[in-house]
Amino acid sequence: MALTPSASPGSRSALAVPDGPSLSLVGLRKTFTDVVAVDSLDLEVTHGECFGLLGPNGAGKTTTIEICEGLTSPDAGTVKLLGLNWKSDARALRQRIGIQLQETQFPDKLTVEETLRLFRSFYHHGISVEESVRIAQLDEKRNSRVGGLSGGQKQRLAMACALVGDPELLFLDEPTTGLDPQARRHLWDLVDELKHAGRTIILTTHYMDEAERLCDRVAIMDHGRIIALGTPQELIASVGGDHIVEFAVTGADSERGTVDPAILIAIPGVQSHRVDAGLHQLTVGELHTTVPLVFSALASMGLDLSEFRTHSATLEDVFVALTGRNLRDE
Amino acid sequence: MSKLTESSLFQLTASRFRLFLREPEAIFWIFIFPILLAIGLGIAFRNRPADVLPVAATATQLTQALAADKGLTASTMDEATGTHALATGAIQLLAIQQPRGVTYKYDDTNPDARSARLLADRAVQIAAGQRPAIDAYNDIIHETGARYIDFVVPGLLGMNLMGSAIWGLGFSIVEARQKKLLKRLVASPMPRWQYLASFLLSRLIMLVIEVVAFLGFARLVFGVPFRGSLIELGALCVLTSLSFSAIGLLVASRARTMEAASGLMNLVMLPMWILSGVFFSASRFPAIIQPIVRALPLTAAIDALRGNMLQGLNLAQLFAQVTILLAWLVVPFIVSLRIFRWR
Repeated sequence: MALTPSASPGSRSALAVPDGPSLSLVGLRKTFTDVVAVDSLDLEVTHGECFGLLGPNGAGKTTTIEICEGLTSPDAGTVKLLGLNWKSDARALRQRIGIQLQETQFPDKLTVEETLRLFRSFYHHGISVEESVRIAQLDEKRNSRVGGLSGGQKQRLAMACALVGDPELLFLDEPTTGLDPQARRHLWDLVDELKHAGRTIILTTHYMDEAERLCDRVAIMDHGRIIALGTPQELIASVGGDHIVEFAVTGADSERGTVDPAILIAIPGVQSHRVDAGLHQLTVGELHTTVPLVFSALASMGLDLSEFRTHSATLEDVFVALTGRNLRDE
Repeated sequence: MSKLTESSLFQLTASRFRLFLREPEAIFWIFIFPILLAIGLGIAFRNRPADVLPVAATATQLTQALAADKGLTASTMDEATGTHALATGAIQLLAIQQPRGVTYKYDDTNPDARSARLLADRAVQIAAGQRPAIDAYNDIIHETGARYIDFVVPGLLGMNLMGSAIWGLGFSIVEARQKKLLKRLVASPMPRWQYLASFLLSRLIMLVIEVVAFLGFARLVFGVPFRGSLIELGALCVLTSLSFSAIGLLVASRARTMEAASGLMNLVMLPMWILSGVFFSASRFPAIIQPIVRALPLTAAIDALRGNMLQGLNLAQLFAQVTILLAWLVVPFIVSLRIFRWR
């Protein structure tokens, strides 16, 4: 087996920018017995991009990413990775991509180093085992058995296994699901480092904050389709306001008050209004001018505020605006 | 680090081997258990000096006649007590004095009782004055190879090769599938054939330890004979292990859960534990099911091992058994490669 000298820490040795996109999906479709998991999906991811597939559980993210990884074959449509396709170039592709799957359990009784050495042996070229241990910050756990690692450490090991072949294209399927907040931030730092090393990364997540924090562009998926595509900033801007105002009201007799939506919409600076379980949501351009107007409008209707808060618009709000549902409701 | 140790086949095999050695229960079942079983059976069926058979008679004179034979120990009982002693196994035979002779009361399906009948009758006839027509002498031998322990050691070896191959492959593969590790490996550039080959290679390495430990023990402690070629014995062990590995692969090729896999494994192995002549000769089963019994891989393996070890037969003379084992290697292997579920 030929071995190339390992690259400088965390970076690819050869950053030859290929022509065309790193990933291109055209008319992708996949049906399982009675569910359409992916429905005529088109997507292009350019070289060096960190791209996020975002959506609730069951939106078709994992099916889509597994089709890209060559683990599931689509019913229709074409898949191209690095200009190659799975039918004729599977062998070459496997060498050039790195994959981290949801819920892989590595053998408990192998050590971190043994596991990495095993995965490293599958690749003709790649980084050294020592290097992958360092990138995943598992130096102290190097000789520990996998069974004794924490959830975050196991996830970083999975990441290291995806990296040992020094991949040009990296697939991460829900890399932080089930991790505590600190372990999640730790893993985000790791993804940041990989991003800056110029790898193309495609990740799925159902955490909006994760997508906002990590991704250059995101596609929001629902029911097997892409319902929105763009940079996190573009998508948030598409909601029509930078801020979200949420409030609940009570009437004079301390029952739930009724609000006339037309009055709210008419307030200057309010872009949209919706009600979810008694909680009113307004998208608002500028808080300091609009909020006082909201207060006085409510007062004129004889209503008292029982709840009131504002936050900057997030991808979560984009999803809510597009589907009328909350992500977490799924 | 050399190129060999960095090759994927080496790493896969080394991982298999490590995982096996770090599983203490597996070590017990594969290395210790067969030896314990051999010790137990060796003690239970050890060669004892010929038993002295307990008998009884209803008359004192008759008792004295019986007691004159060294193979019998005789006491006097009335018929009712004697019948009860027979029923409880305290005596093997009751000689009842009749007006015109002697009646022997015994169970003719019990070999000891039949021996007692012969000895008792001879003793009674001699006491009555009969003399042998021909002078006879005894030349007593204790032949190794004809004892039960000699018979059972190749049987246990075959059973152990079956268990370690089927369990070793079946559980590891299904566990990897259940934990999505198989899917992760397939997502890497690992050549799939190497994954399966690593099981066979690690199996062969363990086979050497397993067979040498068990047969070495049987040789040193029980003096079990090796009459055939040791190289051919080794070849038979390898062939047996590969055949059962192929069967293990087939069992594991579709199952998604450990429960399903362990049910399948028991279904495959149970008939062979019973039918294949591990503890007693398979020829005891009725002629009508003999073709089935003979076609089982464990029967073929044990017959071949016994042929080599006890009768000193060579591979050409074991052609039928070797052919059956080869068929059990090739067919399940091809079928399992075709239907194997990689994810």
